[in-house]
Amino acid sequence: MSLNASTPAGEFKAGIRDTLPLVVSAIPFGIIFGALAVARGISPAGTLGLSLFVFAGASQFIAVGLVAQGTGIGLIVLTTFIVNLRHALYSTTLAPHMSHLSQKWLLPLAFWLTDESFVVAAARYQRADASPFKHWYFLGSAVLMYTDWQLSTLVGVIAGQSIPDPLSWGLDFAMSVTFIGLVVPMVKNRPMLVTVLVASVTAVLAHGLPNQLGLMLAAVVGIAAGLITEQTSEVSKTSEVSQADQ
Amino acid sequence: MNEFLLILGMFLVTFGVRYLVLAFVSRITLPALVQRALRYVPAAVLSAIIAPAMLITEADGLDFSLRNAALIASLAAILISWRTKNLLLTIVVGMGVYLLWRVLV
Repeated sequence: MSLNASTPAGEFKAGIRDTLPLVVSAIPFGIIFGALAVARGISPAGTLGLSLFVFAGASQFIAVGLVAQGTGIGLIVLTTFIVNLRHALYSTTLAPHMSHLSQKWLLPLAFWLTDESFVVAAARYQRADASPFKHWYFLGSAVLMYTDWQLSTLVGVIAGQSIPDPLSWGLDFAMSVTFIGLVVPMVKNRPMLVTVLVASVTAVLAHGLPNQLGLMLAAVVGIAAGLITEQTSEVSKTSEVSQADQ
Repeated sequence: MNEFLLILGMFLVTFGVRYLVLAFVSRITLPALVQRALRYVPAAVLSAIIAPAMLITEADGLDFSLRNAALIASLAAILISWRTKNLLLTIVVGMGVYLLWRVLV
């Protein structure tokens, strides 16, 4: 990280630069969303509206699936709420770093909080340097993700009117592979590995639960497993130290 | 389907979850245990999204076989990411293996 990065413009550009790889996979994901929504009977304006105002890829996909099944608005909104509960965890993680920001910053950054920008911004906040402009980095990441999502949705809406079954391309896999690229480098120690493995197994076992509840359950169990592992290894380290002291 | 109401409802719950926690948690100090737990949030949530997408197919349910392109491509992506830590390369190789596998197998 160079010194001149800790200016607002420098942080903003660094946020954009570090988010660029994520855009590569968000583009096919957005195109698929746009094409799928139109194919399943949502109007082009409604499809663009979902991307503009909801801006939550996974929930938008799920909503389209539920609309196609004839699910009522109340249940779709409830499902959206449950799927997006993970954002409460993200917000909790970022909040201590953002307590100095005014509403002018909190409102847009909260609206633009996605899985991708969260991972990128959280990594920036965890770097030890005392840059007072890390929220500009978050902003750069968020603005790029948002712009990309709108443009790719638009391309999808246009393409979707001529393609019969966009899901058959299998491009929805782009999201999984992106998340793999984000998670694997996080596994730097044993507690983190345990978290990943336990969350994965729980998610597969609990996959049948309604309204994506399995996702929340798996996250909570995985976090607890990581904490317990951390606790256990600390205890064994402490006992090693105390034995060495004697 | 009233699309306006759908978008409004989804906007309110999505933005509500994102904003309310961000605005209010920043005013209180979290207990040390909670702060430590938060470090595991990204890995736990993302793993919980990835694993079912890797292993569960719409047609066959839980599928550990070579016919499961998502599984093969995910394993390739995990390997690349582990060896190189390069996000872009991981995405490109993962998608490449996935699309190729679907065509070939």
